[in-house]
Amino acid sequence: MSKSFRNIIFIVLCTAISLVIDAPKNYSLAFKLFGKDINFLISSPSINIEKPFAFSRSLEIKQGLDLQGGTEVILLADMTNIVDSDRQDALDSAKEIISRRVDLYGVSEPVIKTLVSDSSYRISISLPGVTNPQEALDLIGTTAQLDFRELVGEASASATFADFKLTDLTGKDLKKATVQFDEQTGTPVVGIEFTPDGAAKFEEITTRSVNKPLAIFLDGYPISTPIVQQPISGGQAVINGGFTLDSAKNLALTLNAGALPVPISIIKQQNVDPSLGQDSIKKSLIAGGIGLIAVALFMVLLYGLPGFIAVLGLIIYGLITLAVYKLIPVTVTLPGLAGFILSIGMAVDANILIFERMKEELRKGHDQKSAMELGFGRAWDSIKDANIATLITTFILFNPLDWNFFNTSGLVRGFALTLFLGVVIGLFTSIFVTRTLLRNLYAKKT
Amino acid sequence: MRFWWVYFAISLSVLIPGVSSLIKNGLKLGIDFTGGSSISWIAPSLTKESIVEAFENQNISVSSVTLQGEMTTITTPPIDRNDYSQVLFKVKDSEGFKELSFDTVGPSLGAELIKKTFYGIAAAASLILLYVAYRFKNFKFGVSAIIAMLHDLFVVLGIFSLLGKYAHVEVDTLFVTALLTILSFSVHDTIVVFDRVREIKKQHAYLTFEEITNRAVVETMARSINNSMTIIFMLLAMYLLGGTTIKWFILALLVGTASGTYSSTFTAAPILVIWERLSKKLR
Repeated sequence: MSKSFRNIIFIVLCTAISLVIDAPKNYSLAFKLFGKDINFLISSPSINIEKPFAFSRSLEIKQGLDLQGGTEVILLADMTNIVDSDRQDALDSAKEIISRRVDLYGVSEPVIKTLVSDSSYRISISLPGVTNPQEALDLIGTTAQLDFRELVGEASASATFADFKLTDLTGKDLKKATVQFDEQTGTPVVGIEFTPDGAAKFEEITTRSVNKPLAIFLDGYPISTPIVQQPISGGQAVINGGFTLDSAKNLALTLNAGALPVPISIIKQQNVDPSLGQDSIKKSLIAGGIGLIAVALFMVLLYGLPGFIAVLGLIIYGLITLAVYKLIPVTVTLPGLAGFILSIGMAVDANILIFERMKEELRKGHDQKSAMELGFGRAWDSIKDANIATLITTFILFNPLDWNFFNTSGLVRGFALTLFLGVVIGLFTSIFVTRTLLRNLYAKKT
Repeated sequence: MRFWWVYFAISLSVLIPGVSSLIKNGLKLGIDFTGGSSISWIAPSLTKESIVEAFENQNISVSSVTLQGEMTTITTPPIDRNDYSQVLFKVKDSEGFKELSFDTVGPSLGAELIKKTFYGIAAAASLILLYVAYRFKNFKFGVSAIIAMLHDLFVVLGIFSLLGKYAHVEVDTLFVTALLTILSFSVHDTIVVFDRVREIKKQHAYLTFEEITNRAVVETMARSINNSMTIIFMLLAMYLLGGTTIKWFILALLVGTASGTYSSTFTAAPILVIWERLSKKLR
């Protein structure tokens, strides 16, 4: 009795903890009880542990891009001009710079990853909740390679940009860029400040180019061609490119974040309006609810009391799963939701196997209690083998070791993770929880 | 197992039209595989013609325009966000217009997905084969389970090939996920039957292999059907009430579950018996 009592306490505790974690954030509950107004504010706590290891969770369900809306982009880095051994470094630093730009742009919880597959180098960026994908893309997509070009030969009206030659002064010599306003016209300009090294180069170039134009190129396009009046020392310059306030801000921002070491192009882009996802969540939840009620009815009608206990186990399964989703945290996507709903079906399977076995043992003349024990014992072998086969598949789908010959798509992984958790938690509830509850039930009867 | 040819005939009646369509027409591949752009709008006041025109004015050829509920989906070869913005600029002020999503996939990614899908299925199949062979200490079981699994795979592929031909259903990354799930479900079910074969064999060594398999199939039948019913309830609810984006994904799972239940009893077990008979004759 004492062992099974301990198990019951363990189950109740698990359920209670899960319930606390599952509680929605700041959900106010108001109702009347015996003529008194009762007002509750339900809210799940936030976890914040620093010792012995840092662990903090806000305990909110994380929604994937397909549910909450946002933009996902995959960029391809053009590595043709970079030697093999430097490619990974170039990719990493491109990722760093893009991260900095995205941070400066102010996106909450962006996910930026590098992917190398078949010697193609990629960066995947997801920007949840970004409503103006065009603006974000412009910012991410600019390589921001700034360089200064001088006119070789005599200055004349017929000189074209082809006559300008690259100097050794580039965006790398930049210390800081700021938005300023032209003193005379009041139009926005970008002020740049060079590093000491860059300042020396700049002075040298301007000395050479007195009374000649000096072209400032961004990503291979001329943006401004001032005429040098006199040599400039001190390392300060102004780019006056007919900017609007926004374009000046963005240029300053990309210059500050640094130039991308490699040219990039967009190979995949996806943006989803938030309303589409919210609609899917609502529909999937309704569908899941109705499916669950059907399963519950089916189980109770078919197996009676044990079936009812299995449904109870299923509810505990749902509570624990939701809590685990919040703890890990699992980013819930549409296929993830499907994986969860499918795993409910698989969790019931273990119970069906056991109950069918119980029926057989009852037919053979065992009493209810020993039929139950035999049912659990004998069904275990097939439950174990069948579930391991499912776990093998989730392992390949999730591709935890990032083997690049398998799928690395976030959607597929989301599905695999929810299915994996479903199988593991399902085994716990359909075996441990149901068995403990049934044992207690039958123990009281005899 | 006397009626094994009936079971195989039922399987073949589904497999032959599906597989021949698969050979003839293949699958209708979505932009995840072929590369391209897919755009979803709510555009109640735009006609199909005016949508096509808006794209063609920007020199973008439109592959298809489909209306599903209130959502219009337009597919084109891969386009630039800039070109698309021009189109959007022209239509966005029409009555009730809303942009829902814009996806674009480069062609190189598509080829890669096909390759990775193939590797994924091959790896899952061989690992499961090894596991089943190890657990049942017999290669026969592993191979029979894999044949049943391939049966389910081709049932689903065949049906989606037909759907692609006659209902313009495209397959995408989600479909790949569905296939892999079907594989694991199929084996899950088959293992339960095989497990019973193993158990009966241990207890009643005097029975012939055919009698053992017969008993195992009969004894696991109720469980197989009941279990599939619960999964089918869930999937059916999702199919009928869930969002349009996952409708075909759910259908693939639904077909796979039904086929998986059938094949573990009516494909895997008869193959096991026939194999046993043949190997006895050969000896």
